[in-house]
Amino acid sequence: MILLWLIAVLLAGGLAAWLASRSSPLLCRWISLAAVGIDFVLALSLWTRHFKVNLTGTNNWFEQVDWSWIPQFGIHFHLAMDGLSLLLVLLTLFLGIASVLASWTEITTGVGFFHFNLLWILAGIVAVFLALDLFLFYFAWELMLVPMYFLIAIWGHERRVYAAVKFFLFTQLSGLLMLIAILALYFAHYRNTGVYTFEYADLLHTPLTPHAAMWIMLGFFIAFAVKLPMIPFHTWLADAHTQAPTAGSVILAGLLLKTGAYGLIRFVLPLFPGAAREFAPVAMTLAVAGILYGAILSFGQTDLKRLVAYTSISHLGFVLLGIFAANALALQGALMTMLCHGISTGALFILVGALQQRMHTREMDSMGGLWATIPRFSGAALFFALASLGLPGLGDFIGEFLVLIGTYQVNVAMAAVAAIGVLAATFYALRFVQRVFQGPNSHAWQLPDLAVREGVMLSAMMALLLWLGLYPQPVFRLFTETVNQFPAIWR
Amino acid sequence: MTASDLFALLPLLSVAATAVIIMLAVAVHRSHALALALTLLGLAGAFCSLFFVPLRPVTPLLIIDNYALFFMGLIVAASFAVALLAYGYLGAREGNREEFYILILVATLGAMVLAASTHFASLFLGLEILSVALYALIAYLHGRALPVEAGIKYLVLAAASAAFLLFGIALIYAGLGTMEFARMAQLLTNGGALDLTMLLPGVALIVTGIGFKLALAPFHMWTPDVYEGAPVPVTAFVATVSKGGMFALLLRYFHLSGTHSFAPVVLAFSIIAVASMFAGNLLALLQNNVKRILAYSSIAHMGYLLVAFQAGGPMGASAAAFYLVAYFVMTLGAFGVVSTLSERGRDADLIDDYRGLFWRRPALALVFTAMLLSLAGIPLTAGFLGKFYIVAAGVSVGEWALILILAITSAIGLFYYLRIVVALYQQPADSDRAHEPIPRRAPASTLVLAALTMILLWLGIYPTPLLRLIQAAIGSLG
Repeated sequence: MILLWLIAVLLAGGLAAWLASRSSPLLCRWISLAAVGIDFVLALSLWTRHFKVNLTGTNNWFEQVDWSWIPQFGIHFHLAMDGLSLLLVLLTLFLGIASVLASWTEITTGVGFFHFNLLWILAGIVAVFLALDLFLFYFAWELMLVPMYFLIAIWGHERRVYAAVKFFLFTQLSGLLMLIAILALYFAHYRNTGVYTFEYADLLHTPLTPHAAMWIMLGFFIAFAVKLPMIPFHTWLADAHTQAPTAGSVILAGLLLKTGAYGLIRFVLPLFPGAAREFAPVAMTLAVAGILYGAILSFGQTDLKRLVAYTSISHLGFVLLGIFAANALALQGALMTMLCHGISTGALFILVGALQQRMHTREMDSMGGLWATIPRFSGAALFFALASLGLPGLGDFIGEFLVLIGTYQVNVAMAAVAAIGVLAATFYALRFVQRVFQGPNSHAWQLPDLAVREGVMLSAMMALLLWLGLYPQPVFRLFTETVNQFPAIWR
Repeated sequence: MTASDLFALLPLLSVAATAVIIMLAVAVHRSHALALALTLLGLAGAFCSLFFVPLRPVTPLLIIDNYALFFMGLIVAASFAVALLAYGYLGAREGNREEFYILILVATLGAMVLAASTHFASLFLGLEILSVALYALIAYLHGRALPVEAGIKYLVLAAASAAFLLFGIALIYAGLGTMEFARMAQLLTNGGALDLTMLLPGVALIVTGIGFKLALAPFHMWTPDVYEGAPVPVTAFVATVSKGGMFALLLRYFHLSGTHSFAPVVLAFSIIAVASMFAGNLLALLQNNVKRILAYSSIAHMGYLLVAFQAGGPMGASAAAFYLVAYFVMTLGAFGVVSTLSERGRDADLIDDYRGLFWRRPALALVFTAMLLSLAGIPLTAGFLGKFYIVAAGVSVGEWALILILAITSAIGLFYYLRIVVALYQQPADSDRAHEPIPRRAPASTLVLAALTMILLWLGIYPTPLLRLIQAAIGSLG
């Protein structure tokens, strides 16, 4: 039941926040914060439960709800949580809190509707991470797009409509491909067993001809690759991230991209092990290309938000590489990168958004020497830039390092080329810090430094990255079951 | 004809009787409210009678079975909504209003006959009752140029298409010697050597006639002009009731008569489906008029319906029936918003009329958003489950090409739905008239829109009861 509450609290909180905005925008913000906060505490309480439950080899779910929903199609309302889902849900809610705080002063028009959309996106993402019925998964997958679309189209920057429509079309078309693939799998299962079901555990062992498996796998893969985003499906990302309001960018980069990676880990590899293994060289090549391509493009940007957006393509390339290398080390690395990228990139978007709110520009050329006027702000930016370039001691390093080790065992050349990506990250991250914060303050900017609200939020994010970088063991323990099931299905 | 035959026809009779009663009432005393009240009463009575009439064939012409009752219920409910929408719309306009309801009732009767017909004679009868009433309805605001133009266009083209249909019926009758659908199936399956030279042209002509009524490409030319010109409630009626009755007939005819087993017919329907999906979605991109956009979108939706129809079998028929219900709800909802916003002098049909609506009338904008997202097939709405069902039906029989085209064209369709949605949420510029409050009128329309939105969400979240109804209805088709 608690899983249902995780979603219901967000949905109800969104409605309540909207209604409350009629009397006072401030009340609306507090209600949103409270709803996400309560959810976060609920999810944390599930972590303690994870220690108590004795998981057997076949059943990794330590919490589930399963109701019949549309019996005519064999559709169930089936939510379940394992270690992987738990960590991603925690990340979702943590960044949710950060998004509410980041919009505290930025959003002044339509406050109620904004928070409604924000909370409903979070609810959709939580549902995506928990759904075990493929129909429910698709339902949640599509549902989170609409509020995201509104978030970009209403509260975004100059070219918001273009960016929002592009985002929507890319994800919607790829989603339809996934729907066709889901249904193809559903009917393949029906023909084998005579049972209509969308249940993950049942579909897991559907016998398919290699040919059919490859086509169906590609249907899923493209949907997830667009979200991830993998080149050549990445073109929506830079526009959407750049035009979205801060909270939108945080959620896009921190969470929506992770739903793509999650889909690959949860569905593509386990459902179609044979086809995925055959496809792995292609996916890994595209991943490595994405790592370098993202890094190079990022280096060339002068718009700060675009710069951060392109780093995501590079980092998510590591995730894709780790997933398709598919040994325990690489997978753990991919999962760790997902978490840390969410936090560090989220923080960078918050910082860039805060800069834009203060300076009304995102252009690097009109900045420089900001350290002199906002030292605490600049220090925080340096910290997260270092995290993003993979400084040992911070979480991102652990993730990318493990991906590289894992890939090395599978394919030395790929690992070698991907390692260049780590090097390239140094260039774009340090260029960002140098051009914006260091050097002379030639434009004579006088800006307010970090407010208490921003300071607390960013400190929490720093603490998490340090923790994940220095003592990642508790997190790895949660991944164990997910990672351990892979060698079995992969062979 | 026995008493129980008449009893079985109670839904049809009560609609017909209401039309007569209103006509008499108008002769005594003209009252807009009274005409509406009688209409609603008659339609509600017809709807209630659906639950207890006996299931039986009535003469060789009509059959009252679960299938007919289901579609009659849908048609009557849609007419109920149209009548309520029309009350607010006509209330603000010139001329006599009472006859409008008589015509609506007559047209509804025609559509109901189509849903129950099992014979070419009743097909043609129903079609003509429906069409003749529609000519007058489309040109109802006869003091204005656009409605009259639309009415004439519809008259000429509908009459021509009826002639095609009649010729097709004659050819099939000449070839098979029967006009009963069920009898045709027997002849076609075990008739041995059939003379296809008569039958295939006959079927082709019938498909032309039906395709015109459903506005399938390439018989769709009239749609945008008529949608644009007709008064908004009539547009809603043409888009839903008229097409719904025809589609119910198409489904029954091809299901019963076995015509769908001919390869050329299957191919023809595939081509029509693909053409409709592309034509509707691509042409809608070029429009700036909301009524025209919805017209082209309805062409595309009929194409989606044909995909389910092509899949065939109980699954395809159920998918088509479910989609039709969803289509009714969202189309009525979308035109309901247009009708509510229309001013006295002109209909609110330009995208500019909707710019920034959210900041002035948030509830209305949200209803419109829900309807448009449903038309685009986004979850939580009936349109999503409908599209899901159609794709499922297509995949179950391996219609990969049609399904892929459906996916691609409905992604194209997102463009124009989103264009309207974006306009709804644009921040109004301070200078223009955007800050004027829009006068609220017609509580009846508000009621209809609220109910339609609830149904839309309900079907999108918990369709189980409707699916059970549809399965019973399709099951009775045999």
